[in-house]
Amino acid sequence: MMDNNMRGKDKSKMGGQKKNKKSGLLVLLGIILTTVILLILYPENRTASIQASYKLFVEFILILPAVMVLMGLFSVWVSKETVVKYLGHASGITGLGLALFVGMMPTGPLYIAFPMASMLLKKGARVANIIIFLSAWACIKLPQELVELRFMGAKFMIIRLSFTIIMVIFMGLLIEKIDKYSKH
Amino acid sequence: MQINATVIIINVIAILGISFSFFKNKQKSIMALKVALKGTLNMAPSIGIILVLVGLLLGFFKPELISKLLGNQTGLVGITLASIAGAILMIPSLVAFPLTASLVESGASISVAAAFITTLTMIGFVTLPIEIEELGRKLTFLRNGISFIIAVVIALIMGALL
Repeated sequence: MMDNNMRGKDKSKMGGQKKNKKSGLLVLLGIILTTVILLILYPENRTASIQASYKLFVEFILILPAVMVLMGLFSVWVSKETVVKYLGHASGITGLGLALFVGMMPTGPLYIAFPMASMLLKKGARVANIIIFLSAWACIKLPQELVELRFMGAKFMIIRLSFTIIMVIFMGLLIEKIDKYSKH
Repeated sequence: MQINATVIIINVIAILGISFSFFKNKQKSIMALKVALKGTLNMAPSIGIILVLVGLLLGFFKPELISKLLGNQTGLVGITLASIAGAILMIPSLVAFPLTASLVESGASISVAAAFITTLTMIGFVTLPIEIEELGRKLTFLRNGISFIIAVVIALIMGALL
């Protein structure tokens, strides 16, 4: 039953994605048109502009296919059911670590994590674990970190990542405390 | 020229992964490739937009202007604005990194970049209704609110460290 529920949500979301794609294409068209006009009006900016786009294009070709393949592999091999099964039982520090680890796996967009989180809550998982799981899912995805490493450099990526992990764990525990307190 | 260790590592991991997957289960592997292709197609418009946008940015905006708008001297105001932009915008993080990188290259500060990336990934303005529906108002507002503060704090720390 729960599974059906999730599938229904996914489907309703897919319609939204199609709409997004259409408006995305429209925006793309608009931007291309604007750029072409600007480049015709200001030919002196042409080289720099085209060079920058081209350089980024090569960059994308070099890493995007690999990143997308990794995400595809995870979505096939690690099912939602597996995630819920493991997270529902975990507790203590192991639970916190597991929530972080599972959230980091490249298993898809954030909106599929919400129904999973709510299911976990109903199953009695810790609030802190759920918040950590969601936040890790949102912002500490492994393939994304590889892309961050590539573009922003190792120092930026490592420092931002470590602080984010610390803050996310802290936030999970804090929200759990607030949640408990406000229930009394 | 643009091939470095990161590029090689990512590709090697992907090739090893898909090979191992094919060895274990052919059907599942084909499905994984289909998911990858679909994801790429879904992201194609955003990729195109970022490609053109970065070209425009680096071609037309002089570094002095970008550093005046998003540089270090904008301080907390710049960081807050970047955080708000990141919270509202829905850019796939995969294409957000190159955009941010090119902004930094032309003068935006590290703090502004960190704030933008952190709120962009952590806070979903567009997905708020789904989050409220699934987790309730209290948890949703707490998570997104505290995430915003965290983003600003991380940005300040990174500005100080880098």
